[in-house]
Amino acid sequence: MGALSSLPLPFLILSFLTILGALYVVTSKNPVHSVLALIFTFFTISAHYVLLNAQFLAVVNLMVYAGAIMVLFLFVLMLLNLNKESEPLKSNIWGIAAAISAGLLLLVITAAFQTSGIAVMKGNAEGIGLVKNLGRVLMTEYLVPFELTGILFISAMVGAVLLGKRDKSEVVKSEETIS
Amino acid sequence: MLTIFHSLEISHYIYLSTVLFSIGLFGVLFRRNAIILLMCIELMLNAVNLLLAAFTEYMGDVQANGQMFVFFIMVVAAAEAAVGLAIIVMVYRNTRKTDVSFLDQLKD
Repeated sequence: MGALSSLPLPFLILSFLTILGALYVVTSKNPVHSVLALIFTFFTISAHYVLLNAQFLAVVNLMVYAGAIMVLFLFVLMLLNLNKESEPLKSNIWGIAAAISAGLLLLVITAAFQTSGIAVMKGNAEGIGLVKNLGRVLMTEYLVPFELTGILFISAMVGAVLLGKRDKSEVVKSEETIS
Repeated sequence: MLTIFHSLEISHYIYLSTVLFSIGLFGVLFRRNAIILLMCIELMLNAVNLLLAAFTEYMGDVQANGQMFVFFIMVVAAAEAAVGLAIIVMVYRNTRKTDVSFLDQLKD
């Protein structure tokens, strides 16, 4: 506990909220509550980014994750009408097995880092995480990966439309059942 | 704000990210709803993003290479979510379920 009390209070509160939100995402029976808890977790992670001098990253995290991706998840949940507790949970033995494997991963990674020694952060120069610096680096050093992500995005979008489209025969069948 | 940072250590962020990643892994192993599985994967990706941002701060990197990697991870996560949700909608249309434990036809 001595190590905990030396931590700065904002970091401690934010970490507590982040872990609480993440636990609620995993344990909540209602999928809509899970989505809302995940959005809350993303908000706290954005606060962590502000603490880490990555201001633009914080804004992008809110817009892309909390704004776009989670709304997509919410749309699909509503569309499929899964907003009630429709999921039978796995049995207890599955829960114990999952908890043991996740706990083992936690233990192994923590033990690996225990030997690495503790170092205080150097801290960035002012304005590293602002859009001016990031834009310059993105357009010079990372130009090729940037263009490649554009191609990746187009193929993902084409794939999503192709997968989401109904077959013609299926449409005819569903119209027959309606009429 | 800068005075906060000088008392922070990289190990605190390593532990926080590890806990978040483990929670995500637990969710992937425990839940059966495919949409929640995707959400747990997003949680794991976010744990990694947080660690990359923390290491950028730790290295005092002028180029902010770690933050660039976070952008690329976000793009890949967005693409993955779009394709994954499309697949889930297609599976739902065929089976009327999003429960992953029913998707074992390849076994027979």
